[in-house]
Amino acid sequence: MNADLGLWAVPIAVLGGMLRVSTPFLFVSLGECVTEKSGRINLGLEGTLVFGAMAGYGGSYLTGNPWAGVLLAGIAGTLFGLLHAALCSLPRVNDIAVGIALMILGSGLAFFFGKPLIQPAAPMLPGLSLGAWSNVPQLRSALEVSPLFLIGVAVAVILLFVFKRTRIGLILRMVGDSADAARAMGYPIVPVRIAATAFGGFMAGVAGAYLSLYYPGSWNEHISSGQGLIAVALVIFARWNPLACLGAALIFGGAGALGPALQSVGVTSGYYLFYAAPYVLTLLILFLTSSPRRALEGAPRELSITK
Amino acid sequence: MLPMNRRRFLATTAALSAAPLFGRPAFAASLTAGFVYVGPRDDYGYNQSHAEGAAAIKDMEGLTIVEEENVAESDAAVKTMESMIQLDGAGLIFPTSFGYYNPFVVDTAKSYEDVQFRHCGGLWTDEDPKNAGSYFGYIGTAQYICGIIAGHMTKTKRLGFVAAKPIPQVLLNINAYTLGAKSVDPEITTQVIFTGDWAMPVKEAEAVNALVDQGADVLTCHVDSPKVFVQTAAGRGAYVTGYHTSQAKLSPEKYLTGAEWHWATVYKMFAEKALAGEELPNFVRGGLAEDFVKISDYGPAVTEEAKKQADAVKAEVMKGGFAVIKGPLKDNKGNEVVAAGTKYPETAIELESMDYLVEGVIGSTS
Repeated sequence: MNADLGLWAVPIAVLGGMLRVSTPFLFVSLGECVTEKSGRINLGLEGTLVFGAMAGYGGSYLTGNPWAGVLLAGIAGTLFGLLHAALCSLPRVNDIAVGIALMILGSGLAFFFGKPLIQPAAPMLPGLSLGAWSNVPQLRSALEVSPLFLIGVAVAVILLFVFKRTRIGLILRMVGDSADAARAMGYPIVPVRIAATAFGGFMAGVAGAYLSLYYPGSWNEHISSGQGLIAVALVIFARWNPLACLGAALIFGGAGALGPALQSVGVTSGYYLFYAAPYVLTLLILFLTSSPRRALEGAPRELSITK
Repeated sequence: MLPMNRRRFLATTAALSAAPLFGRPAFAASLTAGFVYVGPRDDYGYNQSHAEGAAAIKDMEGLTIVEEENVAESDAAVKTMESMIQLDGAGLIFPTSFGYYNPFVVDTAKSYEDVQFRHCGGLWTDEDPKNAGSYFGYIGTAQYICGIIAGHMTKTKRLGFVAAKPIPQVLLNINAYTLGAKSVDPEITTQVIFTGDWAMPVKEAEAVNALVDQGADVLTCHVDSPKVFVQTAAGRGAYVTGYHTSQAKLSPEKYLTGAEWHWATVYKMFAEKALAGEELPNFVRGGLAEDFVKISDYGPAVTEEAKKQADAVKAEVMKGGFAVIKGPLKDNKGNEVVAAGTKYPETAIELESMDYLVEGVIGSTS
């Protein structure tokens, strides 16, 4: 049976929370990071996330293979991304307004198609036990991670490399920083932005599949509760740096586990304050790193919110 | 008073001109009953318990059922009720969520005096419209019996309770569950984690993980949709007792028992009276003895000894007057909250302002 860990339970729970809860934040924010680097912002990812959760659950239930569900969620997310990208490529269309419309459309469609999926149980994604070396059951359970998390970490590193060292990354950044320069160099602006937004949609779809197929591992209409929106904000918080996105996602995941963990060791009063911790932290970091004299560091200059 | 619009104007004039022909709809031999749910009606939780009650009466002679789900506790509830009355001809409406009552149900009831409204949650008072009313079930006693089962099944002597908000109804469930377990072994404690809201799947899963990490081996909850809770807890190898409706299907091995609503009793009673043209009661309540709530069938893991004690207490409850909360009782800060000799049976009004957690609960109300 489980050993009594006393206060050690809190860091272990926070570690477990980081590994379990952060993945959707990570995928959505990495995808959005690419989209924003190209000069567009897609606020509709919350809707894509919810639709991805439904599509992933449905795909897994109907095919019996959870990875098929992840793929289906990714494809559905890509379609949402393409829709956003195509609409925003029309003249005089505001990407923020389209994003809000798609957020509502995605959730609405997910609720509609997801109605018959609330009751049945779909096969879940398997986890990897990284804690087999430990004889503390709590630690073993905290180190039970999804392969998707590891893929997300790898994607963060790869994206950093792509942004900094490759031709594709350079074109992407140029399109996002100065459309005029990209046009002068002869690079196609609209196709680059469409591809970047489609990638963002794909990542958000996969993030949804993680919610419904791994943790918490169930499809219902409250499954996301705003995580897609927070993840979009995390990109700004992370200053458009993929590795910082990873850090921000881990902080938010860990902070989410703090409230329940503290209550479980007997720190029972003021839990509403603990639940607000990640948001207070965000405000604090934004405040401390802001400057009245220069623009947001690393912000793509074509982005409508920073223009 | 609700503002006049074209649809309501047309409906009112139509109703006035038709009134001499048809008389009051309450005396009609056919009836349309409308059910309004705050969430999805197949969520393994609170809304499903009401939808099951509605399903139980839908085949009654002369009765038509209309349902709408995911109706927010806002003006949306008024729109839904009006469309049920005007478009579907509903003569009896069941708004099932607590937050619908004031002002939405009260105002709509004032505008449609021929329609009967019965709200789930027990808020009706004498000053409210006479065509409104409320019904509710005493589920705390059922939680007490689930606590007895949990008390027998725990090996670590630690139970876990995932709760949404520290309101009196939730606190009563936590206290009753704990007292049930303590009647088996006074050393048992219940660790409670509040998630802060009724539907927070990720936080509920985190809370389960934190409780299991702390050694809790039998868990229960008071949240709107216990699906994530049951799946996560069973996945970690803990036993669960359910709430709202039976979640046995989600984990037949780990599901011990549960405290369920049985609204079919209430809806059948209202529908029968309405079809017969009788007056509907305004204030309806009941517990296990009245078949308003029930206990899930015991799972395969439950021991004979546990069943025996639970069944004995249940038989005691069926006789009526059974009190879970009785003195001397201390809260978990050491203050005496119920004096020796005082008994609060489930009907006692004092229980509806409960603001303490009893000795043996680890947690706090704020």
